[in-house]
Amino acid sequence: MAYDKFTILKSTAVPMPIENVDTDQIIPARFLKATKREGFGDNLFRDWRYHPDGSPKEDFILNNPIYSGKILVGGKNFGSGSSREHAAWAIYDYGFRCVVSSFFADIFKGNSLNIGILPVQVSPAFLDKIFLAIEADPQTELEVNLPEQTITLLATGEQETFAINSYKKNNLMNGYDDIDYLRAMKEEIAAFEAARPY
Amino acid sequence: MSSQPTTLFDKVWDAHVVRKIEDGPDIFFIDRHFIHEVTSPVAFLGLESRGAGVLFPERTFATADHNTPTINQHLPVQDPLSANQLKALETNSAKYGISHWGLGHHKNGIVHVVGPENGITLPGMTIVCGDSHTSTHGAFGAIAFGIGTSEVEMVLATQCIMQPKPQKMRITVNGILGKAVLPKDVILYIIAQISASGATGYFVEYAGEVFENMSMEGRMTVCNMSIEMGARGGIIAPDATTLGYIEGRELAPKGEAWDTLVAYAQTLKTDEDATFDLEYTFDAADIEPQITYGTNPGLGTGISQHIPKAGDVKDGEASYQKSLKYMGFEEDESIIGKPVDYVFLGSCTNGRIEDFRAFASIIKGRKKADHVTAWLVPGSHVVEAQIKEEGILDILTEAGFQLRQPGCSACLAMNDDKIPTGKYAVSTSNRNFEGRQGPGARTLLASPLVAAAAAVTGQVTDPRELL
Repeated sequence: MAYDKFTILKSTAVPMPIENVDTDQIIPARFLKATKREGFGDNLFRDWRYHPDGSPKEDFILNNPIYSGKILVGGKNFGSGSSREHAAWAIYDYGFRCVVSSFFADIFKGNSLNIGILPVQVSPAFLDKIFLAIEADPQTELEVNLPEQTITLLATGEQETFAINSYKKNNLMNGYDDIDYLRAMKEEIAAFEAARPY
Repeated sequence: MSSQPTTLFDKVWDAHVVRKIEDGPDIFFIDRHFIHEVTSPVAFLGLESRGAGVLFPERTFATADHNTPTINQHLPVQDPLSANQLKALETNSAKYGISHWGLGHHKNGIVHVVGPENGITLPGMTIVCGDSHTSTHGAFGAIAFGIGTSEVEMVLATQCIMQPKPQKMRITVNGILGKAVLPKDVILYIIAQISASGATGYFVEYAGEVFENMSMEGRMTVCNMSIEMGARGGIIAPDATTLGYIEGRELAPKGEAWDTLVAYAQTLKTDEDATFDLEYTFDAADIEPQITYGTNPGLGTGISQHIPKAGDVKDGEASYQKSLKYMGFEEDESIIGKPVDYVFLGSCTNGRIEDFRAFASIIKGRKKADHVTAWLVPGSHVVEAQIKEEGILDILTEAGFQLRQPGCSACLAMNDDKIPTGKYAVSTSNRNFEGRQGPGARTLLASPLVAAAAAVTGQVTDPRELL
């Protein structure tokens, strides 16, 4: 599925200083019953965001109008648990384009890159700085620069670089897709398949 | 050959790399692809919108498990959304020529139970599925891991995915396991030691006497929960136990093809001098029956222990406190004696015949506690048939239990098997996340023996006292 190209993102951010945010919190299993990829943002963080009767929980960060933006900042081990890509879809559909944490679960990270969300891994110290900066001023902006592989707290100029392999970087900057790449090597794959013992 | 010593994982991985992309992922060939109703529909839509087909449909196997009901499977599925997903799996499988064991099929069951029990999972293979517990199949010396829906589409269209090679970890457990200590306790113990994120970025090989002496069912339980410490997968070198399990199963190789497999399997082991990026060693004697008290699988302890104090947990204090608040527990409390409302035996972790045998060993001659609701869910129809043949069903019935029909059930509570808000469930499944077994449900992960002890006493009980 096509996604928006990612180059430089300047935005306020939503802080979620919780460790081990798992995919069952991002999107509970009972909301995985669709056969199309649409509307998952409505149920993003469903049980943290809404009471059982559907009314919003006022103390949850997404229900606090002070915080907004296209960047979600989470605690260590963000996205652990299930392989459901629905978790990444829900984050994208809600309007986030970038998730920042000091540590991502592997499958979530791969899923994010495949659908056009940039996972930015920063040091624990820089993550703390981001949380403190947002706490001090919810309107503070971050700049995520994919070509330069930097993340900057614009108010102070404090900056860190982040890692991403050049293949995935190129994909995200151009909206390219792994499947098109692989389909272009069909013959090479077929030859490989024919040589498999089983 | 006098090449560099390599690990089992390297041998299987390197044999499947079609091409390496410089400063990018490997193009990785997939031997077997399992699909189910929840994570595949959008992948098929994607194929259609690209005008792509399924490149090797004989390498993909479909089964329905995640949202299927576990009672009255002969009736139409009541939930229209679930019915729609099941129908989509059936239609897509038929359209592209994929083998489909849907609801009602005699081979139907949880994907990670039916793959191995039908001889589809073999040593040295690469196996993926849109489900993180695909790591289960690593028990056979395969590289097996969960993937997202974009990758499901990728495998359907090209039989490959793009994957950076993970780092390598080895976990060695030597010694003899104590009384009532099951494979589930071994893996819960390991996760408690290294935390729920301790193996993120790694692929884990399990080695040592404990795994060498373990049955295939037990090895599957261990590999299954590799993902719960963040590892992409776990792998165990194939041996006589592995081959003994596979031989003769319906889709396993026969004749000459079998001989080829046996010869290949014998090469699948880590060379003596091979190195790992990280190694852990544990002693079997330190492992007692385990139980979790928090909301990630790393927050567990020996059943006779108290809930650790905040200062003693490896996770951050905030997440530990949040966990205890959700569970309604206090630090430094005893877990033994905590009241239990529900017991769940089943899932891709503990829904195999050995798990039901273990459960029955404690149930036999006792009665279910009146206030406990017990959901006993076999992993497949094959397991269900074995439960009946071996007389286990009679033991369960005598003790006041009922057997449900196969499926993922209350492990992720996508169907009607939901633990109510605030209730405590001792579950043999794999995740104790907030709301995992139903909104507000409180899960204590444990082995089938601990689950059985809870089912007959109505509280958390040390199974060693009942054996």
